[in-house]
Amino acid sequence: MDYSQFLAMKQEICLLVVFLLVFLNDIFMPKRVQAKIGVITCVLFGVYTLLCFFPQLMPDDAESAFSGMYETSPAIIAIKNILNVGVFIVLIQSLRWSSTDAQVIRRGEFYELLLLTLFGMYLMISARHFLLFIIGLETASLPLAAMVAFDKNRYESREAAVKYILTAVFSSAIFLMGISYVYALTGTLYFDQIADVFNYYGTDAILLSIALAFVIAGMGFKLSLVPFHLWTADVYQGAPTPVTSYLSVISKGSAAFAFLVILWQAFGTVYSQAWEWMLYALIILTITVGNLFAIRQHNLKRFLAFSSVSQAGYIMLGIVSGEAMGLAALMYYVLVYIFSNLAAFGVVGAIENATGKVSRDDYNGLYHTNPRLAFTMMLAMFSLAGIPPFAGFFSKFFIFTSAISAGSVALYVLVFIALINTIISLYYYLLVVKAMFIKPVDDNTVPLMQSSCSERVALWICVAGIIGLGIVSPVYDWLLQICGC
Amino acid sequence: MEITMIYYLIPALIMFCCGLYGFITRRNMIAMLISLELMLNAVDINFVVFNRYLYPGNMEGMFFTLFAIAIAAAETALAIAIIINVFRKIKNVDVEDLTKLKD
Repeated sequence: MDYSQFLAMKQEICLLVVFLLVFLNDIFMPKRVQAKIGVITCVLFGVYTLLCFFPQLMPDDAESAFSGMYETSPAIIAIKNILNVGVFIVLIQSLRWSSTDAQVIRRGEFYELLLLTLFGMYLMISARHFLLFIIGLETASLPLAAMVAFDKNRYESREAAVKYILTAVFSSAIFLMGISYVYALTGTLYFDQIADVFNYYGTDAILLSIALAFVIAGMGFKLSLVPFHLWTADVYQGAPTPVTSYLSVISKGSAAFAFLVILWQAFGTVYSQAWEWMLYALIILTITVGNLFAIRQHNLKRFLAFSSVSQAGYIMLGIVSGEAMGLAALMYYVLVYIFSNLAAFGVVGAIENATGKVSRDDYNGLYHTNPRLAFTMMLAMFSLAGIPPFAGFFSKFFIFTSAISAGSVALYVLVFIALINTIISLYYYLLVVKAMFIKPVDDNTVPLMQSSCSERVALWICVAGIIGLGIVSPVYDWLLQICGC
Repeated sequence: MEITMIYYLIPALIMFCCGLYGFITRRNMIAMLISLELMLNAVDINFVVFNRYLYPGNMEGMFFTLFAIAIAAAETALAIAIIINVFRKIKNVDVEDLTKLKD
């Protein structure tokens, strides 16, 4: 075996090194050092994230490894970098939660599980063979169930974990069923060979459609697309807030990229005959139903859950186009979504840590008691809704442009429906802003409170991202260039 | 009588559908887990049969099955651990009692 092919997996190996350092630190170092494990993880991961932005430091010679099962490219490295940025912010946000009395004894495990799930997501994105993909998928989703159950003394956390693990296993069973039919049709599990077989021999359209319906349903659970979204709100509400933000941003983002890779690379050649309309229906349903349910939520974590369901619909729009431009738009959208959603979760988490309040009514008049938190929340809501000066507007704009570029009437209708939904979403995002700025202070309002240093740092990074990405256009140009447009 | 592929595929499909039906209708979490296991094992049968009958030249399906079995075991172990965790609180394993999280 040629061991030099491991050089293609530089990011995975670096991540494993970070993981091992954290792990060894958690086991062997003196108590005094162990107590700092959160900070140590943040620093190590931050250094690693920075290093990855300079790929020229590590000379590149291999593009694929393990006879094509694993593949990397500048675009994939950029995707992993985007995820790294999000994970870094989540790590900072979780510092305060992990040093509360209930968590202190097992917080090392939290950081270890988190890094391992990220490793699984890397494999999902880089996999070009369904076996490696499934291993990555399970490595990503099984530790997540343990993380959802992490607040062992809080009953909601356990209930959320049961719902998450049962749906996760259910969805992977459905996904595997789909893969088994694909295997029957093509006799291979390599993405590129599957595409070749479809191209060369043609295909039995009915069996292929059934297989693809299974595959899309399985991935739809991970991405929480409607009608596979029923677990989302409960799990997001019950899980500890740092885990919720991790689920809603990193897990969803990586699933979106992996979904894109599967659909384009393995099934791209049968796009029009098998999955085009399935995807259209899913997108319309996801955006609309997510929006309509978000309107009636009062618990902010549930509200953000449904908002993230509808955001997943917008993310899927990047997949429709099937071109490099769609990939760039998707990457940009996920990057902006990371900053905006993590800002929202950062505020919710900070207030929950200090006072335990998560209802929208508690946010009435927040501007008068905690002006800076209210301002950050407003920026996040504006960015999620897509109001012009902020990053969210541009990400929506680019993703609509990429979807339209193919130019069929159906796509115009699809984007039109998405646009109408943007206006609906504006309503409920502004409800939160209204509660914070216009409603008077009442008895339930969150009192003046001190958020911890780590929470403030994370929020500052998010605010810088939301405003910065809105103004600095080179980021999108850079992504376009990486994707080869 | 010659045993053809269809003799394996039909039972596998029935197993999968039983699992699906059980997962949706059963209210006992352990029974739901058993249903999930049925679905995963139906997939394993599918892979092995397709490999044996359609593509006997390579072993891809068999290897996939081996990994799928290992993954299914890990999933079950984790799910049982979490269910026990819930059982300690509510003293039964009925999903109808998981009603704390709703609006």
